[in-house]
Amino acid sequence: MEKPTRAGLIGKGIVLTLVVAAVAYPLLGVIGTSFASQSDIIRSPGLVLWPDHPTTEAYRTVLGGGIVTHALLISIGVTLVGTACSVLVTIGMAYGLSRRDVTGSRFILMTALFTMLFDPGIIPKFLTVKELGLYDTLAALVMPTLVSAFNLVVLRSFFMNLPEELYDAAKVDGAGDLRILIQVVLPLSKAVLAVISLFYAVTYWNAFFNAMLYLNDSENWPLAMVLRTFVLQGQSLEGASAGESLAPQQSVQMAVLVIAVVPILCVYPFLQRYFTKGVLTGAIKG
Amino acid sequence: MADATPSPPPAVHRLSLRQRLRRDKVMLLLTLPGLLYFVVFHYVPLLGYVVAFQDYQPYLGYMHSAWAGVSNFTSSFADPAFWSATGNTLKIALVQLVFFFPVPIALALLLHSIVSDKVRRFVQSVVYLPHFIGWVIIVSIFQQILGGAGVLPDLLGQLGLPRYDMTTDPDAFPWLLALQVAWKDAGWGTIIMLAALLNIDRGLYEASAIDGAGRWRRLWHVTLPGLSPVIVLLLILNLGQILSVGFEQVLLQRDAVGPDAGEVLDTYVFFHGIQNSEWGTAAAVGLVKAVIGTALVLGANTFAHRLGHEGVYRGADR
Repeated sequence: MEKPTRAGLIGKGIVLTLVVAAVAYPLLGVIGTSFASQSDIIRSPGLVLWPDHPTTEAYRTVLGGGIVTHALLISIGVTLVGTACSVLVTIGMAYGLSRRDVTGSRFILMTALFTMLFDPGIIPKFLTVKELGLYDTLAALVMPTLVSAFNLVVLRSFFMNLPEELYDAAKVDGAGDLRILIQVVLPLSKAVLAVISLFYAVTYWNAFFNAMLYLNDSENWPLAMVLRTFVLQGQSLEGASAGESLAPQQSVQMAVLVIAVVPILCVYPFLQRYFTKGVLTGAIKG
Repeated sequence: MADATPSPPPAVHRLSLRQRLRRDKVMLLLTLPGLLYFVVFHYVPLLGYVVAFQDYQPYLGYMHSAWAGVSNFTSSFADPAFWSATGNTLKIALVQLVFFFPVPIALALLLHSIVSDKVRRFVQSVVYLPHFIGWVIIVSIFQQILGGAGVLPDLLGQLGLPRYDMTTDPDAFPWLLALQVAWKDAGWGTIIMLAALLNIDRGLYEASAIDGAGRWRRLWHVTLPGLSPVIVLLLILNLGQILSVGFEQVLLQRDAVGPDAGEVLDTYVFFHGIQNSEWGTAAAVGLVKAVIGTALVLGANTFAHRLGHEGVYRGADR
């Protein structure tokens, strides 16, 4: 085909730069503001891209053992425990459903997949969680969203695409179903398991809805709830954190935002290699 | 895969149910926790919809609350706030469909046309990222840029224009939501479009180039027809979700614009049921929404399956 025209190249360049800037500017601005001092914020309201007098005062305020620190620990704990539980249950179900000759597997698969098409609704879910005694417990952040049908589909189709000979060979060697899972299937699935774990982890980390619905007691609040209260609704952090803060309110708020985003930025490069494949598998099957 | 293997020896068919269950014991046990989750958190709650027909009192429970017939339904249909919430839901969904839906397609076409692999990968890494950021964070960031003390009003002020705050303007609310959805998910949406673009036969481009078709003609006559099955499929699936516009996103910003503009069906149910303990009416509205929503999704899904056969669904269930 012919070479692209100069005007076309320039046009594309401009649009792409704008697109990248639209994503990058807010994120960089939030990071910059979290290090800003009072004078920086007066100079440029909203977001400070490059603070002239950078200070870590905001982080010291936030991480000094106050409510944010507490919420951070809760979020980390819920993310770790939740991800572990979700991944284990998803592995079990995906493996159990990965062979068509298992009695009743088609029915069970349909039971799971059908939930993608309807949502039980807020009130009945809330009443169920309450009846189960999960209200105001940390388990309410994990249990109601334990398995994602999407991740289940991705993992199941990965298991199904492993060569049949592997299973046969293992069976000839006398391995049972569980042994095959642990010694043959799982070691071959490290990459896809990493992706699914990260998908779950991101969901638990960002989870706001479960917390808002099922946690009345602010003692149990994860980071997302604290963000809502102190950043969006603008309630003062001062009373809750240890001692008087020297940092401007705005950089304190942005520091909380940064703390909430940093873990995602850390896992993102690992996530990125795989998700195209994961998304497409899910889309095809769903 | 499993279909391609030779059929199992006839003896297998003669196993009784009990024998087959014994054989599959481990596999079924592994499935159990997941199955239990889906039943308890997706199917059992459906029973909770009896509340829609009750004057539900939490301390009495489902068993002892008085029956209310369909009065919960009639009273919510008589509530103007319910119709306002329905109107807002449809308005927001429509704006999103018209304004947001084409964005990933355009972005994918642009990305696809970049010759340099490095540049394309860099842009892709950047635009996929916001998908993983939670709504609370995204709304906070937008607040910082568009909100009263934010970047945009300040810029307008410096230019001598009126300081416009989009986050508190009820008329702009659907647009604000669409803007946020675009920021969060436009890049993510390109994944499926890029995959579809890769599936278009290169030969078609060469043939049409030889026939003298210019760049834009090829886009119009080769690329878009190649994409159309996927576009139609996604459009139908989106229409199925029309009653469920982003709950978290709306809930977080409803107060800023007030319930007149910011109430959607989901937030209506949330505020009436969980905040005001009007369990019966909230559940009734939820039930209506769930039934219509499920019918739309099921209909759309069936329709999409039919249309999408040579699109995304090619090779499905391999």
